[in-house]
Amino acid sequence: MASLEAAASPEKLRRIAIDPLTRVEGHGKVTLLLDAENKVHQVRLHIVEFRGFEAFIEGRPYWEVPVTVQRLCGICPVSHHLAAIKAMDAIAGYSHLTPTAEKLRRLMHYGQILQSHAVHFFHLASPDLLLGFDSEPTRRNIVGVAAEFPDLAKQGVLLRKFGQEVIRHTAGKRIHGVGAIPGGVNKALSEPERDSLRSEIDQMILWARDAVRMIARLHEVHPAFYSGFGAFRANMMGLVDRHGALDLYHGSLRARDADGGPIFDHIDYSTYEKVLTEEIKPWTYMKFPHIRALGPEAGWYRVGPLARIQICAYLPSELAEIERRDFLALGAGKPVHGALLYHWARMIEALHAAEVIRDLLDDPDIAGTELMAERGERQQEAVGVIEAPRGTLFHHYRVGEDDLVKFCRLIVSTTNNNQAMNEAIRAVASEYVDGRVLTEGLLNHIEVAIRAYDPCLSCATHAIGQMPLEVDLVDADGALVDRRRKNLGGA
Amino acid sequence: MKLVVFGWGNVARGDDALGPLLLAHIAESKWPDSILIEDYQLQIEHALDLEGADLALFLDAGRDTRKPFSFAEISPRHGLPPLSHALAPESVLSIFERTLGRRAPPAFLLCVRGENFDLGAGLSAEGVARLEAAWDFLQRIETARGPESWRARMTEM
Repeated sequence: MASLEAAASPEKLRRIAIDPLTRVEGHGKVTLLLDAENKVHQVRLHIVEFRGFEAFIEGRPYWEVPVTVQRLCGICPVSHHLAAIKAMDAIAGYSHLTPTAEKLRRLMHYGQILQSHAVHFFHLASPDLLLGFDSEPTRRNIVGVAAEFPDLAKQGVLLRKFGQEVIRHTAGKRIHGVGAIPGGVNKALSEPERDSLRSEIDQMILWARDAVRMIARLHEVHPAFYSGFGAFRANMMGLVDRHGALDLYHGSLRARDADGGPIFDHIDYSTYEKVLTEEIKPWTYMKFPHIRALGPEAGWYRVGPLARIQICAYLPSELAEIERRDFLALGAGKPVHGALLYHWARMIEALHAAEVIRDLLDDPDIAGTELMAERGERQQEAVGVIEAPRGTLFHHYRVGEDDLVKFCRLIVSTTNNNQAMNEAIRAVASEYVDGRVLTEGLLNHIEVAIRAYDPCLSCATHAIGQMPLEVDLVDADGALVDRRRKNLGGA
Repeated sequence: MKLVVFGWGNVARGDDALGPLLLAHIAESKWPDSILIEDYQLQIEHALDLEGADLALFLDAGRDTRKPFSFAEISPRHGLPPLSHALAPESVLSIFERTLGRRAPPAFLLCVRGENFDLGAGLSAEGVARLEAAWDFLQRIETARGPESWRARMTEM
């Protein structure tokens, strides 16, 4: 598969570019180089705009950063906010939080996980799960499964809305909230706010479990397709707590190989540079992180739901752990690696998040009023890491005596999945494009493979009237043969 | 007539701030019987914000929009955004209809032409002028709020 990264004689091949034209989210472009027989020689996911996040942050006062970083991304502002604040806690001299502050931050984070996973599954991914089936009996079976869950779209909207309400109550506002500040939080959760959320959470748990069940039923319809689509062996990485359980807010780094064997475990994330490094390639602005000891060829890894629920020892939530065990049974003791299995893993995490939210709301500390910890010795350098909806998110800062940020490095979840997404589209291209007539349906498979990773390719800018997706077919002489476009509405 | 106004964009990205800035003008002017929604991007839950509305107004910035802005009625249209999470306003209307099972309210999009969307940039000079022009326009149409009178003020997209 790795041979598809670079063709031997690219000048002799046709080039197909799946190219978003806008500065909208989706600054990515996919190119496939095919020969005259449509045999795939090269497949790449490019990021065509340098985002300059670090330059945007450097020079700002450190206390401003947790608010400013929310501007980086309209999709996961809470994740950037919390990763930054974890670093700025240390910079400002806070080595611990009050129980109430930590639990409120956790509540905010799990609200973000729930709403993000809900919107992805119910409205972005579920149509993808119905793609790629050629046989009419299979299609009928899928329609039958969908009919068992008639309110899926509405439940997705309401799950997303609930997650947003969690964020609003903990951050103070729907967007541009502050919520966390160095050393704690600046807003308590009132008892009416807690009770309002508590009154809805049991329904959210049931809907999330129904979503998991739906994916499991779809898998039963066509297990070979759902397990095999975009599958490739990969290392996996994420945060776990001291018992090895999944902890999306805080923990230490664990990496496993494609067979589930240990690579490293319980690495203090503030020392991440000892185990991880990044490679730059000339054809894309997005870097390629990898495990330092294994090198770039063997050390790249997968992050996010599919990695997290397979490297942890267990989920500390009853219903989600039951579903996780059913999921793990697919691999009969070995990790599974199919791209579409991300959707299943994602909804197990959504169920887990809903259960964690319920448990936090039932904890008396959550409505406490001790919001700030005692301040200790200030630090000049710190790292904050969190498991964002899409995977591990690193924020690393150095701050001068003048309180201004001198150095900033962000390794976002989508960057951690860079090589994995490239491998996914190569796997799909090899199976569905190679040697066949090129159709829009086949190209859609590429898009489905990328979307399984739920990449966040940009930040919140957007522009009506653009064409976010363009597919160019260029012959061996460089002449444009055909062009297809999709607009923002997907039409 | 109850109006819901969405102004969306990233105020840290140059002219992408035009939608939120127009929304801020409306907030300062305290338009009656109006609900104002600001966000980075349009998302599925915004469909629920349309509930009970008689009229919807979407405020955004665009790159290929006619200068200085366009104003048009929009209709529900279902579609997936390729490689993106953001929804088009037409998709929000479509999700409203599919989720709540009834027709979406009449909806209009005011899209202001932007020039610079770089992270960390302020409004472009053109963006400043167009913001003023768009705000003048909004104040005029607010004096005759309603789908029929707004249709009469539409420009070409």
